[in-house]
Amino acid sequence: MSLPITLPAPGSVSARPVIEVEDVHRVYGEGETAVHALRGVSFAVDVGDYVAIRGASGSGKSTLMNILGCLDAPTSGRYVLEGHDVSRLDDGQQAVLRNRRIGFVFQSFNLLRRTSAIANVELPLVYAGVPRKDRRRRATAALELVGLADRTHHLPNELSGGQQQRVAVARALVTSPSLVLADEPTGNLDSSSTEEVLIALDHLNVVGRTIVVITHEDLVAEHTKRTIELLDGMIMSDHRTVPVGDPPPRWRGEA
Amino acid sequence: MRPIEVIRFALRGLAANRLRSLLTTLGISIGVAAVILLVAVGAGAGDVIQQSIRDLGTNAISVLPRFFTLGIDPENAPIQQRDLTLDDVDALSNPRRAPDVETVSPLVQFPVTLSYRDQSYTIQEFAGSTESYFRVTNTDVGEGVLWTDAEVATARRVVALGATPAEELFGSADPIGERIEIGRVPFTVVAVLEARGSLGPVDADDTAVAPITAVQQGLSGYGPLTAIVVQARSEEAVPFAEQQVVTILDEQHDIEDPDDRDYQIFNQASLLEATGIATTTISIMLAAVAGISLVVGGIGIMNIMLVSVTERTREIGIRKAVGAQRGVILAQFLAEAIFLSMIGGSVGVAAGLLGASIDIAGIDPRPVPAAVIGSFAVSVAIGLFFGSYPAARAASLRPIEALRYE
Repeated sequence: MSLPITLPAPGSVSARPVIEVEDVHRVYGEGETAVHALRGVSFAVDVGDYVAIRGASGSGKSTLMNILGCLDAPTSGRYVLEGHDVSRLDDGQQAVLRNRRIGFVFQSFNLLRRTSAIANVELPLVYAGVPRKDRRRRATAALELVGLADRTHHLPNELSGGQQQRVAVARALVTSPSLVLADEPTGNLDSSSTEEVLIALDHLNVVGRTIVVITHEDLVAEHTKRTIELLDGMIMSDHRTVPVGDPPPRWRGEA
Repeated sequence: MRPIEVIRFALRGLAANRLRSLLTTLGISIGVAAVILLVAVGAGAGDVIQQSIRDLGTNAISVLPRFFTLGIDPENAPIQQRDLTLDDVDALSNPRRAPDVETVSPLVQFPVTLSYRDQSYTIQEFAGSTESYFRVTNTDVGEGVLWTDAEVATARRVVALGATPAEELFGSADPIGERIEIGRVPFTVVAVLEARGSLGPVDADDTAVAPITAVQQGLSGYGPLTAIVVQARSEEAVPFAEQQVVTILDEQHDIEDPDDRDYQIFNQASLLEATGIATTTISIMLAAVAGISLVVGGIGIMNIMLVSVTERTREIGIRKAVGAQRGVILAQFLAEAIFLSMIGGSVGVAAGLLGASIDIAGIDPRPVPAAVIGSFAVSVAIGLFFGSYPAARAASLRPIEALRYE
């Protein structure tokens, strides 16, 4: 499977923002029953940033997450991911983009059942056509990064919630994506597991990944460098706490 | 993504539901086994018939009476029959006019009851003929001495028993020289024919042969012949001999229209061909009936694959979210369906061949390679056909909806 679009090599330094969102609207349904989930959202995220998108339920944050993840398309407006106008890409090209440029972490983990941790982490690499040996090596490294080197052959149901979510984080980072999208990553976890996962995300940011976290929890937002508040499909505030180039505010390890 | 990975995913998908996968393949297994077995039985039955025809000798030509119409309008003409007679036999036994004819054997054949003391036994084909009949039918003597044309000339009441009636009447005792009654007429047993064994439902040993003169005198009267068996000089001479027989009989029977003869001729070659066509037709019909169960099995696969796609909606969503393209998902589910049918097909082939190794109703089934390969190929094609709709449904799922599915 060859990449139908040219993308900059992973890790290459670029002045361009990873994400550019310009006046994005998303309308579900038509006519009188139409629901305006997003009413003109614009923002940009630079390389290395760590952004929390917050909002009450119904604020449009899940819709925004789906659009950022190329799982849904805006009704109007532009979404540019690493210089590629996503609305111009077809199904297959969007799949490639999801595979190479985006790593997902979902609230409900979304690991394949009856499939070992390492096989779950390898999954995106399989679809990218990476040879088996390479896959094993990279997946093992990713699991090490999230502190699960000793759990590679465990099945999801043999792992705690926090461990499962860390497997999901490993899966999100294994392709070295430009963007890691986390949708309520701690929504299903107790406090100690939440801590595990947030540390794993912080670590990802420290090693240079751009991260966007959708959340409604203050604790999560405290880990990020910037917080965007959504209300009724519009950006209410966009607030930065730490410069893009600095480590995440709660990071205690070495860079 | 490499094809091997698609295959690995497909196998893992099937392994996740072993019992269900196994049950799904059952329909295909039964279908394939049924096709293979029924075609094998058909072929085996055909072999039996062909062998029994061959036993009659490949250079034999049989002349049988035939219903015929005398009128110009064949539909309204009264149906009549002209008998074959000993005159016809004499006419055919003319080496000048029929140089390619080696022997001519008149044959009367009818069912009759044989009895010996308090034992009795009915045979379906009691035959009266001449010495040459033994030769043209490749019949050898087992015990005693076969009667000859000398006995025919003197109409002596002697009989050569087949192995079956000999066994039925005498058990282990020696029948040679014993007197038995054939339809209440006493005959002396002079020989027991060499056992040929049964050919499927046809028992080749269920026979008894006596001089035609004695049979006509004591039992059947001097009526029509059942058949005349002509032996050609060699297998190559069969067409010439047949032509000579036709010429002589046309003259004997005053035949003017060659399409309206009052007798019919079979040589073994044409008989073999005709029965070959008949058994092939029967085999194809059997295979078609069995093929229906293959289609039913295919619908079973489709059913299970649709259930599987619904059940695994979330899995499909995850795969799409991490970058699986439509074609890859399609390939995975299609591969699962094809594997199901291939496993079913393989089990069916094994079961069919195993079943074909057992005698069924006295027939030794002969597996036909074309049926084995064909039914397996069809089962795979069925997996492809019935798997394509569920696979297309899986591939067309939108990731965002698939991920939300609970």
